Amino acid sequence: MQARLLLEDGTLFTGLGFGAEGQSSGEVVFNTGITGYQEVLSDPSYCGQIVSMTYPLIGNYGITRDDFETVAPFIHGFVVRRHEPIPSNWRAQYSIDGLLKEHGIIGISEIDTRMLTRILRHHGTMKGILTTGNERVEELQERLSVTPLMRDQVARTSTKSIFTSPGERERIVLVDYGAKSGILRELTKRGCDVVVVPHDTTAEQIRRLNPDGIQLSNGPGDPKDVPHAVKMIQELLGEYPIFGICLGHQLFALACGADTAKLKFGHRGGNHPVKDLATNRCYITSQNHGYTVLEETVAGTKLEVTHINNNDRTIEGLKHAEFPAFSVQYHPEAAPGPLDNSYLFDQFLDMIRETKRNNPQKPRQAQLAASLRGELQYAQK
Amino acid sequence: MPRNNKLKKILVIGSGPIVIGQAAEFDYAGTQACQALKEEGYEVVLINSNPATIMTDTNMADKVYIEPITLDFVTQIIRQERPDGLLPTLGGQTGLNMAVELARAGVLERENVQLLGTQLTAIEKAEDRDLFRDLMRELEQPVPESVIVTTVEEAVVFANEIGYPIIVRPAYTLGGTGGGICADEVELRETVASGIRYSPISQCLIEKSIAGMKEVEYEVMRDANDNCIVVCNMENFDPVGVHTGDSIVVAPSQTLSDREYQMLRSASLKIIRALNIEGGCNVQFALDPFSFQYYVIEVNPRVSRSSALASKATGYPIAKMAAKIAIGYTLDEIVNPVTGQTYACFEPTLDYIVSKIPRWPFDKFISANRKLGTQMKATGEVMAIGRTFEESIHKAVRSLEIGTHRIHLKDAGELTEDVLKVRLQKPDDERMFLVAEAFRRGYKLQEIQDLTNIDWWFLDKLEGIVAFEAQLRGATILTKEQLYQAKRKGFSDRSIAEIRREGGHSTHTNEYDIRAYRLEHGLKPVYKMVDTCAAEFEATTPYYYSTYEVENEVTETDKQKVLVLGSGPIRIGQGIEFDYSTVHAVWAIQKAGYEAVIINNNPETVSTDFSTSDRLYFEPLFFEDVMNVIEQEKPIGVIVQFGGQTAINLAAPLTKAGVRILGSSLESIDAAEDRKKFEALLRELNVPQPQGSTVTSVDAAVAVAQGLGYPVLVRPSYVLGGRAMEIVYSDEELLTYMVQAVKINPEHPVLIDRYMLGKEAEVDAICDGDTVLIPGIMEHVERAGVHSGDSIAVYPPQSISQELQQKMVDITIKIARGLNVIGLVNIQFVIFQDEVYVIEVNPRSSRTVPFLSKVTNIPMANLATQAILGTKLTDLGYTEGLWPEDEYVSVKVPVFSFAKLRRVDPTLTPEMKSTGEVMGRDQHYAKALYKGLVGAGMRIPPTGSIIATVADKDKPEAIEILRGFYELGYNIIATGGTATALEEAGLRVKTVNKLSEGSPNILDLIRDGQAHFVVNTLTKGKAPERDGFRIRREAVENGVVCMTSLDTVRALLNMLETINFSSRPMPVLAKK
Repeated sequence: MQARLLLEDGTLFTGLGFGAEGQSSGEVVFNTGITGYQEVLSDPSYCGQIVSMTYPLIGNYGITRDDFETVAPFIHGFVVRRHEPIPSNWRAQYSIDGLLKEHGIIGISEIDTRMLTRILRHHGTMKGILTTGNERVEELQERLSVTPLMRDQVARTSTKSIFTSPGERERIVLVDYGAKSGILRELTKRGCDVVVVPHDTTAEQIRRLNPDGIQLSNGPGDPKDVPHAVKMIQELLGEYPIFGICLGHQLFALACGADTAKLKFGHRGGNHPVKDLATNRCYITSQNHGYTVLEETVAGTKLEVTHINNNDRTIEGLKHAEFPAFSVQYHPEAAPGPLDNSYLFDQFLDMIRETKRNNPQKPRQAQLAASLRGELQYAQK
Repeated sequence: MPRNNKLKKILVIGSGPIVIGQAAEFDYAGTQACQALKEEGYEVVLINSNPATIMTDTNMADKVYIEPITLDFVTQIIRQERPDGLLPTLGGQTGLNMAVELARAGVLERENVQLLGTQLTAIEKAEDRDLFRDLMRELEQPVPESVIVTTVEEAVVFANEIGYPIIVRPAYTLGGTGGGICADEVELRETVASGIRYSPISQCLIEKSIAGMKEVEYEVMRDANDNCIVVCNMENFDPVGVHTGDSIVVAPSQTLSDREYQMLRSASLKIIRALNIEGGCNVQFALDPFSFQYYVIEVNPRVSRSSALASKATGYPIAKMAAKIAIGYTLDEIVNPVTGQTYACFEPTLDYIVSKIPRWPFDKFISANRKLGTQMKATGEVMAIGRTFEESIHKAVRSLEIGTHRIHLKDAGELTEDVLKVRLQKPDDERMFLVAEAFRRGYKLQEIQDLTNIDWWFLDKLEGIVAFEAQLRGATILTKEQLYQAKRKGFSDRSIAEIRREGGHSTHTNEYDIRAYRLEHGLKPVYKMVDTCAAEFEATTPYYYSTYEVENEVTETDKQKVLVLGSGPIRIGQGIEFDYSTVHAVWAIQKAGYEAVIINNNPETVSTDFSTSDRLYFEPLFFEDVMNVIEQEKPIGVIVQFGGQTAINLAAPLTKAGVRILGSSLESIDAAEDRKKFEALLRELNVPQPQGSTVTSVDAAVAVAQGLGYPVLVRPSYVLGGRAMEIVYSDEELLTYMVQAVKINPEHPVLIDRYMLGKEAEVDAICDGDTVLIPGIMEHVERAGVHSGDSIAVYPPQSISQELQQKMVDITIKIARGLNVIGLVNIQFVIFQDEVYVIEVNPRSSRTVPFLSKVTNIPMANLATQAILGTKLTDLGYTEGLWPEDEYVSVKVPVFSFAKLRRVDPTLTPEMKSTGEVMGRDQHYAKALYKGLVGAGMRIPPTGSIIATVADKDKPEAIEILRGFYELGYNIIATGGTATALEEAGLRVKTVNKLSEGSPNILDLIRDGQAHFVVNTLTKGKAPERDGFRIRREAVENGVVCMTSLDTVRALLNMLETINFSSRPMPVLAKK
């Protein structure tokens, strides 16, 4: 079955379709990871995007129930050089073709994906439309030009209701802007009592959950499309330790007064070097973002740059000068990608413990009594 | 961290001669390292005994020592040079072992030399089996159950506990020398005994077999600031059990999910950190195909063969980065030379698939055991790049030059089911082809997997290839779409034509038709760049591979270009020497103002370093692939004379396709290679040649041989490294030979020459069309009958008269002119009864070019290239004739890899057997020879025992030589006949039992280490069961010097007589 991918600039790729049939459009991006296509497919941060893999053979080891980063993928199309229909791995349960069919996602293979990467690198990410039909090119072009890019990806990918993943240690409120399962996995692995809340949860609602710390998740799209999150962070900053990842990092920066902008073609892959400015150590990180915090807008805020990308020097990590809050642009939860940065979760938990030590709370009973008495006094007036 | 300014002078140790397990990859690594250090302004001192390397060119280091890599010589150089630092990790196992030895001997401390990069403790922890296992346990990294033994009994006890099969790995050996998988106690006893002998510390690891698991490798780098990266991971097509150097390997891994990939990546980083390595390191894993269980198999704390492969596979120059790390830089501050805008601290990502296939010497060593195990047997390898596995593996197969261009063996169809099954089960060099054969016979994939344990994914791809071939075969008309699909799967035009012929079709049945059809439809490959980053960043590396897709990335330039063809994989007879010349040709082309374009497929070499040429095409040296590059680049011409027989063989089809060959034309090549034309030419020039004739039938052969009189020299017409050349002494032997030779090379007739037992000599000359420059004459120590590549060669000649030398010079000039040579020519002579005969002329670069260039200080490949491009030698200050002799004597000594090839007879014959060479150079011949022999690994004790068993015809000569040893104080041990003869000659001899005479016999003596030299000359009949064969093998396997030519023995004696003080009684005064 023939499939075609038309880019905004008029470039047309003709290949073979796999997965679902139909038509779908979105922002076309490329990911340079060699392994980890299942995690990429199911990473909610790709919501609304047509994802092209630079590694040519995709599907080799199949799909397994254990490696999903969310229940259902949100991508709008999958582009590969060669789709391997028969996987070989002891954990493989079905093929990538089966997965895409199940979720109505169109795949295209047998196209020159390196050419596509080079176009995107040169011109920046652009819109594209994927079809398995016989539409005329003009028709597709017309459709592409009238289809706006999505702005509500966070609402689409975030959980609709609160749920908990109980643990016996610190209570972490994980604000889900389209979170990868990996973040929850890393927190529960460390014994955290995690409460996952929707993206539009207010500061007040979060306070009622009595967290020890707040984890801002990754998520798709432009951080400026989620102003309510910025407001929430501003209200809680200083009150609770905060750790932001990816979109969470950008939201944290916006909340502190910095600004963000779109990158030409983003960072998507598992090989990006990030330098820790405190130690001069370089870490290989997993990344997936199209926006970045602008360096020049950090000056004058209470933010300090802690990490930069060793290649393009963009900001990769921030911390607050006064409050226990920090964030990274990359993915310490990996999946896919190197596991070198999971220590950041430990750092977060250490920060929580340290905050507690520095602000010893009165014994719960006394505190409760005091507050209840205060209320009584108020009522008596 | 910036560079270390305390260091001023750095010593680099090379890897010595090419042997199986240690090949050209260390010239590549060493060259990169020297360049990197010089770039940083350090004074570089280099020691390497191998003259056939780029790294030993005097422009690579400030001082180059071509001396034996032994404790004595290296210590001497350290004393002389007083370096501040020593870089040990780029010279393979040889360099590493040398560093350990220097440190242990206290030399480094005493001379105040700092070990750079990886520290001694790390080396020991990685190399010593015991320390390694302790470390792994500490790191919670699983290793297979094992025990360290120093005796055979300990091994047997352990094996009885955990059961067979058992793997034996000797400590500190190269390419797994002496190791193997043992199925029972008999095998175990034998293997452990030899393993202990090979291990310099007499230690073996006895290990539970994890054969059948997936084998995966990671190439890792670390700097002093603890930054760690993985450059590349690789997956072996063959499961654990076959040495990784003998495995077909793909990069990146194909069947590992991200979880598995990251699990092993993390383990690799944990290990390199624990070892505190500063530089490169290689970690090998076995991964259970049915769980997350894995084992660490091995860690190499140095740059290795795999790192050369990883460098070429990714574009990331590991050795260069390792050198920079060793002098203090950290990865995050070194610019990635591929992109020029990003840094070395990142992990390369591939957007193609790389296949490596080893090149084995079994075409030369017909009697060798082809089974693959834990001991490496391959001499070289090819690499290919494609966008699919099918494309990549097909390209690799046609790069191999093994007579097939697809996954198909001509004779495989004749194998019985039983044999096929056994060969699928027990891996040998042809297994991948046999898997394809099994699919052709209708085997089910599961069946093949059960037999081979090869991963389903690879088998599925091979099944797909076979199925596609069947489709092609079945189609009456080859459609454009089908052709396109075939090209996308990497099928060559020739393969497609062959498959069509198999299908009995009448159209498109030869490669030229397919090619025309393809071009008619615009089906041409495009070229993509190897850029370390999957196109994420703009790169400027001119490193390309072909594929059938849409976008072509080659940028046009308006400069004139010259294409140089490389020499492909390293094999016996065509080694690193040709890469040396190729690289020099490239440099000369660039200097002459052209752009140099190179095609080659050998990942180990300097020529395939993308920074060597202006454009590197990593492609098969196959007509179609070369033509495609020519059409892309439109060079002014192609130079074929530096790429050995590989490139020379392409001259004919390229000329036919209208391509201009630069330098000696196809006509000249043909006149030298075609026997009839060659004979006619020599007659015309009035140059003597051994009588001989060309025959095409067995009967004719017998008639000719009888006419000439035995012994005669027989060989197929187109020869490479003396392949299938033999001296035969009777009709019977001739008949046996004819059956084999004709089978080996059916398209070409057989040559029969009179065999002249005389001294051999050779020259390399350069001709620009007018002037013939002869840099030097090399005299061979071993007489005619031993292949020139296996002979010790001496420059300048020590025992050839001026008159004869002049004759050679005159003949060389005549032939060079007569053949219209433009560029290099190599001529081999035999001196018989004071007459000079020409035995062979090769109008191309030869094996001796690097050696002769170095000892005469004439950059031969460079001059030849300039001549090819039109410069006259006289304009460069050279004159006709023999260049004045150097006052030093230089000796080239061959090095063999017999220890790695069971069942191969170490006797020197007209068939070339050596894998590498070393050079010894000194003011005196004896000293130069000593250096050469020691550099080649010969242990020469000033006193000791010699075992002699010589054929009757050799006895008179042997007695005289042995008397010399006897007088120097050596003990002579001999078997029956030889002993009697020696005693009759007045020598006191210890007689030892022949094999048939019961124990203890001659073999026991060798095994017990009682002999220091074995002299054994060939008796008739070459079947391995012969006693002589067993004696020679026993010597090889015990590391005892074994000499099979009396000329070698005589040279050794003369050397010993000269360098040792001898004591003589005072002459008695005559009484009057």
